[in-house]
Order: sequence, then structure tokens, then C-alpha cells
Amino acid sequence: MAEISPHPIPIPVDVLVIGAGPAGARAALRARACGLDVLLVDENPDAGGQVWRPLPPGFARVLGSTPSTEARDGDALRAELRRAGVACLFGHKLWNVGTSLRADLIGPEGSMSWQPRALIVATGTTERVVPFPGWTLPGVIGLAAATILLKSQNMLPGRRTLVAGTGPLLMAVATGILKAGGEVAAVLDLASQGDWLRTLPSLAARPDLLWQGLQWQARLRAAGVPILYRHGIRSVEVAGPGFNICTQRVDAGGQPISGDAAPMFEADAVTVGHGLVPGTDVTRLLRARHRYAAGLGGWVADADADGRTSVAGLYVAGDGAGIAGAAAAGAHGELAALACAHDLGRLGAASHARERDRLQASWRKSARFGHAMAGLMALRDGAVAGIAPDTVVCRCEDVTRAEIDAAARDGARDMNQLKAWTRCGMGPCQGRSCGDVAGALLAIHAGSREAVGCFTGRAPLRPVSLAEVAGDYTYADIPIPKAAPL
Amino acid sequence: MSLRVDQAVRRGPAVRFMVDGHAVEAFEGESVAAALFAAGTRALRQSPRDGTPRGLFCMMGSCQECLVWVGARKLPSCQLAVVAALEIETLSYREGHLG
Repeated sequence: MAEISPHPIPIPVDVLVIGAGPAGARAALRARACGLDVLLVDENPDAGGQVWRPLPPGFARVLGSTPSTEARDGDALRAELRRAGVACLFGHKLWNVGTSLRADLIGPEGSMSWQPRALIVATGTTERVVPFPGWTLPGVIGLAAATILLKSQNMLPGRRTLVAGTGPLLMAVATGILKAGGEVAAVLDLASQGDWLRTLPSLAARPDLLWQGLQWQARLRAAGVPILYRHGIRSVEVAGPGFNICTQRVDAGGQPISGDAAPMFEADAVTVGHGLVPGTDVTRLLRARHRYAAGLGGWVADADADGRTSVAGLYVAGDGAGIAGAAAAGAHGELAALACAHDLGRLGAASHARERDRLQASWRKSARFGHAMAGLMALRDGAVAGIAPDTVVCRCEDVTRAEIDAAARDGARDMNQLKAWTRCGMGPCQGRSCGDVAGALLAIHAGSREAVGCFTGRAPLRPVSLAEVAGDYTYADIPIPKAAPL
Repeated sequence: MSLRVDQAVRRGPAVRFMVDGHAVEAFEGESVAAALFAAGTRALRQSPRDGTPRGLFCMMGSCQECLVWVGARKLPSCQLAVVAALEIETLSYREGHLG
């Protein structure tokens, strides 16, 4: 599965780019074009990230089938990386970054470390799911997971699937299921039709996306799929081989309206997602300064327009720096690479300024749509307030909302205290699944997200065994200094 | 009805891989998580505290819900590609055998 790039890895590495999605890949290409020795790393088998995720290895498109725009864009990007001779290391996980920006990776052949002069973090996002009773059941999966099943694995999430949450993935997934021959029980959208209409001005620059959205809606209506706006899942319960799904009406803030009779559905799979949260594992680990920006998806590294963080040599790009969408991510990646080239003395101030102005204009145009979608996907306080007490919030450690509330009442005032007291966020996912919602729950008691902060970043960023990290290293390799004479 | 959709792709060769000593039919290149999901095996392990069933959730290597043993390595099965004769064990199976 892992692939060592056919292009030799430069030693030393000027710039290490973490994440080969639209932002990271474009950053690597631009850095290479600036004459920097660059290495692009990703844990997946090839470039493309989630939005341009390739078919699995060994799969091929049937001749005569029309690939989607995203499939074409992804193939073009992968071809460009190969043509440009960018050194890539796929199938390798970053599990630690030292303060010198030394990146420690684990691949099939064991552990390895790279010491770059600069690090561009383009690690994208993770999906947020606001918990409800039954969300941990096998067969209840994220909207992003359903997207990967449909587009990459070419599999349906179920025979009859309920699609719930908020944001553009809702309609994309529901339509994808229909196209693939599956059934959609219903689409539940926390947003109202008015919320969608308010994003229209930002779509003016992207009539293609507006047209796509309208086509999706028409297809769902034609198939007779119920679309319930301002509705969410109250609970999912196992019923025979499938699920019973209780729904609930919600207000503008996402808070359930109590005492209201909402329809029930039957399905054998549920896919749900409430927006995307920027991946800040690496920047938190390196103790960069962060700020809370609900409209950008949550906590983001504090960075300038070129992606420079508060830590020298550390840059962020793409949705991981704040949700702005795939189209904007490419320009953002290039901006970070240009800033790197400039800061490493490989690009003069005048050339840098010229290129930067052009890219920033392109970024602003693309980000307008991305920011409107991010706004739609932003965490709704009412949805968090409405989480039932006995609902598991932290999946890894089975920590419930009631336990988080109890810790807050007992005096837990920030995320690290909450973690120490309840184990919330202490499991193998390192708080990526629960951190955002747990922060919002604690903030109800403490007053604000800023007051509670976020989990301190800790290695390992991905679970690794001691044997993998140690490799061939044995006790005999430990240098023992000669004891001082008595 | 199969969950596999073959409108636009040709899958890799049909292969068998072993899960807890039992053969599962799949296609080379599919992720182990997706292949098990399609085979109807949705519960992959139990949560450590409440013992409730868990299965694939994020499909992108973040949530760690779909971890399986491959020899001495514990890996998210969503990031593990099916190859012929691959042998994996679920966490629950190995715990049962160790306990």
C-alpha cells in the first residue's frame, strides 16, 4: 500500500509538506517550482486528500464511463505531481514533530525521521458529529465516511440509508446514494431553507455549484425522498436487522423543540455529519498560538494571510488552517510555499509580492463560497445544549455528557482538566472526534470557548506501538557513559 | 442486493482474506473496513468501558474505531487494503484468546 516516490527524496529536505490534499499538493508543487527541495508526506496510498481521493489500488474506471469533475481534478493533480518530480512518501503516518520541526514518521518499513528547514501543515479536517443516543452503533457512520464509501470504494452505506446533519455534504451524499442504486429514507437538515438561501450571494461566483445544488434537490424530490429542514436525529435504536430513527424538530440554533411529534424512519444505515473541524494536531503539538473562529470550523492556528504561524518555520495551509473549501485550498497552499521560499531566501521580495498578490486575489474569490458553506456547517450552540445527559460524547472512553457536566460543576475549567478528570479525549483518537463538542459543552459552564481552550497537543498523533518506534534499537544501543571515578 | 456498486469501475481481482480464522470474499484493493462492511460484518470491536459494539465511522484514519490486528500491528482497517491471503484478527477475538 505504501509507495516510495519514484523521485528520489532530497537530503537535506528544505520543506516537508504534511498532507497531500489540494493544499499540500499545490504547496509542494509551488515549493518545487521555487527550487526548494521538498518532500510531500501523506498516510493515504496516493495524493488527493479526501475531496480528490483516488480509486483504491487495483480499481479502474470502466471505459466509456464519465468521471466526475472531482475525479478528473484529482487525476490531473496526481499526474502533475509525477511530472514535476515532487518527492512523495505515501502510506506514512506522522506520529510526532519535535520542536526543531523534526518529523517522525511510521511506514511499512518502520520508523524514520526527517529534519526539514520548514514545515507546511496541510492536514485538512475531521468531521464533527453532534452526538445523539445510538450514534456509536455500527452502521451509523459520518457523511465524509459515506462519501469515501461511495466515491472511492464504490459501495453504498446501506440498502436504505437515512442522511442527516448539515452542510453541502448532505445533498451530495443523498444524491450519490440514489445514483448508485440505493434508497434514501429521508434527508434531515439542521438548517432551514432560509439558511441555504442566505448563501446564494456567495454562489454568484460559482454558478456551476449552484446548478449542481439545484440538480441534486430535483433528483431527491423526483425520487420522493422526504427532505426535512430544521430537523435532526433524536435517537437511533436497533430494530431487527436495521434501525428505528426518531427525529426531532429544531429551532434556528439547532436546539430540539420539546413536546413536538416528529416523524420516525426505518433504515439499515445512518450517515450523519455536522460540519468539519480544522485538524490542528501538529500546530497544537508545536505549541503554536491558536484562536477560536466558529465560522472557520473551530480552533485554528493563528496565522497571517500566507500561512505563517507563531512558530518560526511552521506554516499552515488549506482547510486545516480554517475551512474555506477545496478550491481555495490550492491557492492557500501555494501562498504558504511562496512564503517558505521567501523566508528561506530563495525568492526575492519583489517576485514574492507579485505572485502573492495574484494568488491572494484567487484565494479570496474561491474562499467566498467556501466560507459561506463553512458558516452553514458551523457548530450550532443549541444542538450542543440539546444533547441528552446519558449520551456518549467521547467515543474512545465512553464519557457521557452527564460526566462532562459533573466535572464542570466540580470545578473543571479547561479542556485539559476535563481530560484529566473524566478521560474525555484521552483515547486513541486523541480527541479529534469529540474535542470540538466537548469544548462547547464545557464552555456552557465556563462562559466561552476561549476560556476552556483546547486539548494540549500530545504525541503520538496516531497510535503507534513501542516496537515500531524503537525499530532495531536494543538495550545494547543505549550509550552508557563511563561512571565517574569515586 | 450487494452494497458494491459496479456502474463505473472495474474492481481488482476477487480474493479471500481471513478474519478471526474465517474467510471473507472481497476484491483486491478494497479497504478491509469497507469489505467487512459489505460482507455484513459491521461490529468490529467493543468499546473499552461500556463494552458496546463499534465499527467503521470516519473511514479516513482519524477516529480509530475500526482498528484490527495485523500480526503485531494494530491498524485502522479503513486504511488497510485487501490483498489475497491477508490475515487479520479483530480486537475482541484476540482479547478473548488472550484472556
